[in-house]
Amino acid sequence: MPVTAIREYVGVPRDPAANFHGKQLVYVSWDRHLLFAAPFLICLPPETPFRELVEGPLKALMSPDPDAAAVDWSRVEWLKSNQPWTPDFDASLAANGIGHKDQLRLRTPGPNSLSPAA
Amino acid sequence: MDMKVEKKKLNLKDKYKLLTRDLGWEPSYRSKDEIYPYVKYEGLKVHDWDKWEDPFRLTMDAYWKYQAEKERKFYAIIDAHTQNNGHLNITDARYLTALKIFLQAISPGEYAAHKGFARAGREFAGVGTQVACQMQAIDELRHAQTQIHAMSNYNRYYNGFHAFADARDRIWYTSVARSFFDDSMSAGPFEFMIAIGFSFEYVLTNLLFVPFMSGAAYNGDMATVTFGFSAQSDEARHMTLGLECIKFMLEQDPDNLPIVQAWIDKWFWRGFRVLGLVSTMMDYMLPKRVMSWREAWEIYGVENGGALFRDLARYGIRPPKGWDDAEKAIDHMSHQLMLGLYQWSFGTAFHSWIPSDEDMDWLSAKYPATFDKHYRPRWNHIKKLAAAGTPYKNFGLAKLCQCCQLPIVFTEPDDPTMLCNRETTYKGEKYHFCSDGCQDVFEHEPEKYIQAWLPMPALFQDQQGDIGAWMDWVSLKDGTDNGDYAGSEDQRNFQQWRGLATSNQ
Repeated sequence: MPVTAIREYVGVPRDPAANFHGKQLVYVSWDRHLLFAAPFLICLPPETPFRELVEGPLKALMSPDPDAAAVDWSRVEWLKSNQPWTPDFDASLAANGIGHKDQLRLRTPGPNSLSPAA
Repeated sequence: MDMKVEKKKLNLKDKYKLLTRDLGWEPSYRSKDEIYPYVKYEGLKVHDWDKWEDPFRLTMDAYWKYQAEKERKFYAIIDAHTQNNGHLNITDARYLTALKIFLQAISPGEYAAHKGFARAGREFAGVGTQVACQMQAIDELRHAQTQIHAMSNYNRYYNGFHAFADARDRIWYTSVARSFFDDSMSAGPFEFMIAIGFSFEYVLTNLLFVPFMSGAAYNGDMATVTFGFSAQSDEARHMTLGLECIKFMLEQDPDNLPIVQAWIDKWFWRGFRVLGLVSTMMDYMLPKRVMSWREAWEIYGVENGGALFRDLARYGIRPPKGWDDAEKAIDHMSHQLMLGLYQWSFGTAFHSWIPSDEDMDWLSAKYPATFDKHYRPRWNHIKKLAAAGTPYKNFGLAKLCQCCQLPIVFTEPDDPTMLCNRETTYKGEKYHFCSDGCQDVFEHEPEKYIQAWLPMPALFQDQQGDIGAWMDWVSLKDGTDNGDYAGSEDQRNFQQWRGLATSNQ
């Protein structure tokens, strides 16, 4: 049984997309760049082009990392729900298949100044 | 002439019998199942409720007498603390951050435990159990009250104390402790006893209260030390009740073992996550530190906890499933969480700060394998940003764990350079976790945890991401309660008042 209860019990999820006023949540994190304590929570409409997510909130949030300016965005490796994935920068979040509460991770081959040398 | 009759005194055993066991009766016109509807659905089998032993054999009349005596002493010292400007005797106003977190997150937990034990006392079918739970319910209520009173004097002088009840209900980091207690209170009475009576009161309580009370003593906070002494004798009774309860469950029926073990696994891990807040207090927040989180874990976790689980092995109980992952996290967790508390400090009703070079040397001595390698470079960079006039604030907020509700700040058990990302989909909705331990808890009862109120997503539902509106809603005064300690009103006032008290300036 999905919950221990005295009779049948059905829970109501608290954070479905419908509660976000036409927007959705996207979580983004930069692998091995741990100045950022946790994945970012970004809330924006599903029609937002992927490029806008990157150029807008994501670059701003990443900028305190000393390596942020050196990121070569054409060489970034992406993961969606922990699986390798390639975004279309000109398509919307929805067209890219980025659902509500999806987690994106990016990996950059460049330097990692704040991380211990391997 | 009347003969003087010697008043007959009951011996302790008879008195205990009359004032506890004899209070019960056999119902005649309602069935026991109707009277105690919640004792069976969790699957625990109980054959004889009278087997529940209460080693303290405390009766209500004695209980009132002891507690009243303690209460008188407690309030006498609190009055003296107030009259003697106790708020100026602390080592440094940075110490108050630990108190503020305690008041906002942990004292309300005492109140929650009170409600939980009051309910457990009603739902359990044995008289010994009912009386023990009733006493603990009153203890917990008293602890919540005395903690609030002990800290109330600081509220007259310092920021961040004034809205602890709103913080408890609405701010983000308090939901870690709140969801812990809500989870236990919405479980059945037996699980509640394992959650609070055993895992929290027995396995983990020393990791919370000993460092906290010693921290208060080391940092000149007599009010909190007094509370600690006043609660100590209760804690001994609570630990005994917790241990008695687990022995009772295991001795009643061999089928109870797997159920009890699963609860121990769950509640150890949930408790360990709540203790993440304590780890930051011990390593970062006390101006005069007692011991490191690692050292506390060695004593109260490894030694005491290890001995306990060796004792319980005869019932077939093994150490909690998450024990090894916990051990791997010890040298990292306080640093990872503190980095978060600092970068989100615009949203905390307490101050945080960049550790000084001296603090960092202490951390490096206490964590020789991890601090210099992983964490000092991050703090140094944050220090550089602050010196450049662009102090680091992470407005990206954070992904929260669906179970423990902490931001996902912890790394993989075997790779401290990789955040631990766990997720699952249930009935078409996506859920995220900070660890295998938290994901396991969810997978066991998803219908329960999909209802979790997660404060950061809620900010985008209820305030549409407007941080100012959110601050009003949580009663956080921007620029006063929150942010860096350096430059805060608390810092200014403490220095000025202390200066007035100790010099002729």
